[in-house]
Amino acid sequence: MNDMRQVERTVDTGQHKITAKNVQVHYGDTHAIKDVNVNIEDKTVTAFIGPSGCGKSTFLRCINRMNDTIDICRVTGDILIDGEDIYDKKVDPVQLRAKVGMVFQKPNPFPKSIYDNIAYGPRIHGLARNKAELDEIVEKSLRRGAIWDEVKDRLHAPGTGLSGGQQQRLCIARAVATEPEVLLMDEPCSALDPIATAQVEELIDELRRNYSVVIVTHSMQQAARVSQKTAFFHLGNLVEYGETGQIFTNPNDPRTESYITGRIG
Amino acid sequence: MTDTLSQTPDAPRKSASLHTQDARTKKRNAAEARFKFYGLTAIAIGLFFLVVLAVSIVRSGLPAFTQAVVNVEFTLTKEQFDDAESQLFKTKAYSGFFNAALVERLEASGIETEFDEKAVERILGKTGGTIREYFRENQGELGSPVAFSLATSSRVDGYLKGRVTRENMEDSRFLQRADLDLVDDLQAAGILKQAFNWNFITGADSGVDNPGGAGIGASVVGSFFMMLVVLFLSLPIGVAASIYLEEFAPQNRFTDLIEVNISNLAAVPSIVFGILGLAVFIQFMHLPQSAPLVGGLVLTLMTLPTIIISTRASLKAVPPSIRDAALGLGASKMQAVFHHVLPLAMPGILTGTIIGLAQALGETAPLLLIGMVGFVARGYPDGFVAGFTEPNSAMPAQIYTWAARADVGFYEKAWGGIIVLLLFLLTMNIIAIILRRRFERRW
Repeated sequence: MNDMRQVERTVDTGQHKITAKNVQVHYGDTHAIKDVNVNIEDKTVTAFIGPSGCGKSTFLRCINRMNDTIDICRVTGDILIDGEDIYDKKVDPVQLRAKVGMVFQKPNPFPKSIYDNIAYGPRIHGLARNKAELDEIVEKSLRRGAIWDEVKDRLHAPGTGLSGGQQQRLCIARAVATEPEVLLMDEPCSALDPIATAQVEELIDELRRNYSVVIVTHSMQQAARVSQKTAFFHLGNLVEYGETGQIFTNPNDPRTESYITGRIG
Repeated sequence: MTDTLSQTPDAPRKSASLHTQDARTKKRNAAEARFKFYGLTAIAIGLFFLVVLAVSIVRSGLPAFTQAVVNVEFTLTKEQFDDAESQLFKTKAYSGFFNAALVERLEASGIETEFDEKAVERILGKTGGTIREYFRENQGELGSPVAFSLATSSRVDGYLKGRVTRENMEDSRFLQRADLDLVDDLQAAGILKQAFNWNFITGADSGVDNPGGAGIGASVVGSFFMMLVVLFLSLPIGVAASIYLEEFAPQNRFTDLIEVNISNLAAVPSIVFGILGLAVFIQFMHLPQSAPLVGGLVLTLMTLPTIIISTRASLKAVPPSIRDAALGLGASKMQAVFHHVLPLAMPGILTGTIIGLAQALGETAPLLLIGMVGFVARGYPDGFVAGFTEPNSAMPAQIYTWAARADVGFYEKAWGGIIVLLLFLLTMNIIAIILRRRFERRW
């Protein structure tokens, strides 16, 4: 848990990519997120930690409005990306999701070829004018997903035939293929073994150069390893938000300390 | 976990040998063995009845596919033709030529027999008409040998198949005991034979007193047209309705009500759909009676719930992670459904559709009410191919008609019709299996 990247953490871009103001989420009668205010910075990895059911995944899914697909879910308050309210009536969630990519807990490649998995996003958003451009996007995305070398000879093999870690990196590559500005990751390593986890974490660190990455994780070590900022959620409240090093070494709130030292959770 | 918790940690555990079964284990194993036995018995009983059914269908139905025919080859010269055409009773003259040829053939086989024209007429019907018709249309054939293959009457056919015997028959204007001697002679001479009955496969229904001429072909065409109507209406409507209900519709009282009613519709007896079709399509909308179009519409109503239920089930079976993946990439809901969910649900949808179609193909009750039973086809085959609004029958309705007729000759036709129907159903099920295999993908 000792910070090896102390130097990197001091890098502060100072820009707020995502701003949440008084966000409340209700699932039917359940109050899942209570009055969350947070500023997430650009070109930074932000980790959401907290015990199961604390609302961190729910809050993550608010950022690209994936909660819209759940009928009983109601979101109030404002979430701004680059100063624009994403819950404004004028916002089309489809456009928003092209800007805010998402990687899920379980690798979920489409049952299609590796090539088609990557090419799907660019195709529906019309990012490529011809086959050559599309090929280029696919290669670039797979390289960014750190999986190009493993799959370059079998681009037309089914994506579901890859191993778990490869599938997850394929999903990350697929998410970056649409050129998002924010990348949301919902426990991306929970289904992976330690080696695959290390590869994905390395990749997340790479991605920080281009994107604002928000990652939900159950592993505090992982949060400590990959993130610069950490937010601790508990029972739907955002308890503490700050520099990762500070959260893990010198938390302000006693609940954060209890969680980190393993007394609650 | 709970077992160890309930034990007090310091109570000494009794350790039993693993080589002897304790009473509980014995009881459990016995229960399992009994259950397996029940299962096997159930399967054996099911298979036994299946075999009995298949054997009895094939045994009763196969005779329908053969027909006793008399093959006679003879030459008609131009002079004979002109002579016959100049007579008053033209067909009688042709019958004469035919009978002469028959005698010649019998003598050539070394069989001496005496018969009168009436007997031949009772066995083969009026031969003169058929022969005159043939030569008038094919005058070029005059002077060269022509082989005629004439179907025998249904009683002679029954005699050859063992349905009619000398003991159980009575002399009538249709057949007399003495005629059977001639039949035996013809058979001995190799003139009378069992041949494959193409007319049964391709022909139309006949009158109530002519089981020999009855064929299932017309009703196969009728069923085919009905299935086209059912397929092109129920597949798009059913799939569109299920996609909307499953993927787009909000969850509220109204959609719950629709859902419950769809399930209820699937359980409505088919005759109810029949009477609905009669009232709405025929009496209110004035669509033609007995037409495959109306039959297809009624069967569509019946098939829709089946297709909707199976389509919804297969849409539900697509993992939500695929929807999330597509939506997370910025696909619209419709793109997610049509690009990813629907292709994955395709095998289930197709299987459900084909099973729904097979069910519709075998349905009789609604067809009774819209008049697709009990008429004799006219103008076959031209009128039938013409389309959806010509009166026609359907396979199960045709079978029902035959089974209800008095003449025992129709009995074997009904069984034969069942074989044809089952072959179609079997083919459809095989197609369903092949499609399922082909479209199946793993995720």
